[in-house]
Amino acid sequence: MEKEKHHIVPYKVYFYILIALITLTFMSIGITKINLGGYSVLGALVFSTIKSVLVLTWFMHLKFDQPFLRFMVGFVALLFFAIIFITFLDYYYR
Amino acid sequence: MQTAAQIPHDVSYLDYKGKYKGIFAWIFSTDHKRIALLYMFSMMTLFLVGVALGLAMKLELIAPGRTIMGPQSYNAVFTVHGVIMIFMIVIPGLPAVFGNFMLPIMIGAKDVAFPKLNLLSWYIYVLGALLVIASVLFGNGIPDTGWTFYAPYSFKTGTNLLPAIFGAFVLGFSSILTGLNFIVTIHRMRAPGMTWFKMPLFPWSLYGTAWIQLLATPVVGITLVLVSLERIFGIGVFDPTLGGDPVLYQHLFWIYSHPAVYVMILPAMGAISEIIPTFSQKHIFGYKAIIASTLAIAFVGYFVWGHHMFTSGMSGTAQYTFSILTFIVAIPSAIKVFNWISTMHKGSINPDIPFLWAVTFIFVFMIGGFSGLVLGALATNVYVHDTAFVVAHFHFIVFGGVGFAFFGAIHYWYPKMFGRMYDKAWAKMGWAFFTVGFLTLYSPMFYLGMMGMPRRYYDYLPEFHAANILSSLGSWVMAFGLVIVIINLFRSAKNGPIAPMDPWHGKTLEWTVPSPPPVENFDEIPVYGEKDGPYNY
Amino acid sequence: MENATQHSDPHYDQEASKLGMWLFIFTELLLFGGLFLVYSIYRFLNPEAFRLAGEELNLTIGAINTIILLVSSMTIAMSTSSLQKKNKGLTIFLLEVTIMLALIFLINKYFEWGVKFDHGIWPGSQHLINDMSKGEILFFGLYFVMTGLHALHIIVGMIIIIVALNKVQKGIVNENRPSLLENAGLYWHLVDLIWIFLFPLFYLIH
Repeated sequence: MEKEKHHIVPYKVYFYILIALITLTFMSIGITKINLGGYSVLGALVFSTIKSVLVLTWFMHLKFDQPFLRFMVGFVALLFFAIIFITFLDYYYR
Repeated sequence: MQTAAQIPHDVSYLDYKGKYKGIFAWIFSTDHKRIALLYMFSMMTLFLVGVALGLAMKLELIAPGRTIMGPQSYNAVFTVHGVIMIFMIVIPGLPAVFGNFMLPIMIGAKDVAFPKLNLLSWYIYVLGALLVIASVLFGNGIPDTGWTFYAPYSFKTGTNLLPAIFGAFVLGFSSILTGLNFIVTIHRMRAPGMTWFKMPLFPWSLYGTAWIQLLATPVVGITLVLVSLERIFGIGVFDPTLGGDPVLYQHLFWIYSHPAVYVMILPAMGAISEIIPTFSQKHIFGYKAIIASTLAIAFVGYFVWGHHMFTSGMSGTAQYTFSILTFIVAIPSAIKVFNWISTMHKGSINPDIPFLWAVTFIFVFMIGGFSGLVLGALATNVYVHDTAFVVAHFHFIVFGGVGFAFFGAIHYWYPKMFGRMYDKAWAKMGWAFFTVGFLTLYSPMFYLGMMGMPRRYYDYLPEFHAANILSSLGSWVMAFGLVIVIINLFRSAKNGPIAPMDPWHGKTLEWTVPSPPPVENFDEIPVYGEKDGPYNY
Repeated sequence: MENATQHSDPHYDQEASKLGMWLFIFTELLLFGGLFLVYSIYRFLNPEAFRLAGEELNLTIGAINTIILLVSSMTIAMSTSSLQKKNKGLTIFLLEVTIMLALIFLINKYFEWGVKFDHGIWPGSQHLINDMSKGEILFFGLYFVMTGLHALHIIVGMIIIIVALNKVQKGIVNENRPSLLENAGLYWHLVDLIWIFLFPLFYLIH
């Protein structure tokens, strides 16, 4: 098997990502301080999702990996949401 | 690093003298073929225990009232029977034995991707089995919850349940690691030129299975952890007195345990998809359709768990959804049956032992499948829920499906695994007794269930007596057939005639290596050309 | 194991071990996924009780721990870069920083749990069962299980990083064979990823 090319990520990129992650953390704290009613959970989860995408793409190198891994990460996420959705078909309508 | 050149290519894996002697040459071996046999012998031992418990239940049910055991013993017996058979036999069954043995050879690899992890999986399997056995032998009382460990009884019962739950959790780990190993093996170690759509169907089925093992097992893992914590600390998640919802336990449990049924049946279907073309000497009909249906079963099978819970008080919306999805998952199974039958059509059929097991598989699998439709429909499900009908249904699928495929597979690959042929007359007699016994044992239970006999009781009303006698007689005939099959296989491993390299004229790669295969399977890794394929007859 | 001669492939397949690690991560994600499912159902059934109970948690400690984990994720990610740049000293330093941060996270967690115990809140405690609503019992049950399981993963992650650090020092893990360090990194990011969701779900309920 030929050796796959390895991408070396510069340190400063990791640093920028960290700054973005910390900013997003404070933003998610901020948004839950505002009274949005039922939407504040949604707000906080949107920020968490953005953060996790950043971690997955840069820290976990998905950006430089084979597309199959990216596809499977998406698949696992979808699978999880489908399970939650179907379970809520029970609890929401009970 | 040791180089491959140091390993002799003409010594079979059975005769190879490694660093260790005696039993250590086996339990320290990372050779996938030896690990497969380790699994096979440990499973065979546990299987005989499970069969003995099953026979004891049938003996108890031969007459109304107490025959050989009381209600508490009966509860313990069906619990241990279920835990052993489900978690230790049918879930690991075909992947751990034939998957381990055949997968690397069929895709042209020298071993699985992570051989040490593979051996570790077996150790974890044994640890899990020992934990379950410990829950039976020690503590105050044998577990009596049934293999499903339903809340809230699973944390109220005074019996020694924790080791059993922990054992099931540990067995899950073994299953996850095996799945992980197979996926990486299939991705990275296929022979040069063997593209995805030139891969034989048994590896394909293992691939689908491995994904389910990987993505469903952790859910039951965490569920079992929660039940244990509930039992130890009283965290409240499944305890209605503390605000928890026991139905949520059922959801979580079946989110794994329904896909687990496909962990059992997919490799069985894969083995059948190998046997049928070989014994019809014909290219498999609808190769890609079988692959697509494998993946479709693996995927849709994920979302049908609620059909185990139609009487649990679930919302109507959830019930319709699960019912519809259950009907959808029947389609790919039917596609496979259609393809097997079409493969036989106009083939040169050789009705040898493996083929007999394979066609019986199709027959009992269809009975099991059709009775599954009865259970998947809401109205009829409510009527037969928790009756002997359900017991008959899942024994037709899980024992009929997996069991017949397992025996088909072992008669198919036996000459490859041991380098010797079994006695065909005895094998045929064993098959005949087993099949007749199987049908006599489980068919009456469909009738009993429809007449209203509930499952999991040691006693029944006098009007159910006749059918129960028939069923118990069947269990003896089946056990007799089983004994013949096992003794024949055991004796032939030493004394049978030497088997040729390709006794059935199969075309997949395992028939191109000597029987039994050498330590590293191939002298040279085979190369698949443009025109090569697994079923070019 | 000693009898490496028995099996074949002496090749070092970096892609295979990465794929294996990712598959394990998927398993872990669904393990926690089961807990998130339980959480979402009970929060849906007891919104008010979850809000009340959530106010018992200390947002400041939660936020500090979030930042600690994020920084540690950066340092371990940087260590894989520095290994490829053949800067062994920096790699070791970054890994040591990661381990220290993980330790600080655990110490914070210890004090956070300690405060709860001082208030008489632990799974099955009398105070919880007698004085609190069912929703609050569930909230704290899940809080201890989920943060506890997460802390267990932190400990396992630390052990893996220590092993990787040791092998970097001995030169067994180097720029040509970086898999162990990369997999340790992936595992550590998984721990981070789970915390990214745990934090808003427990500390940010208003």
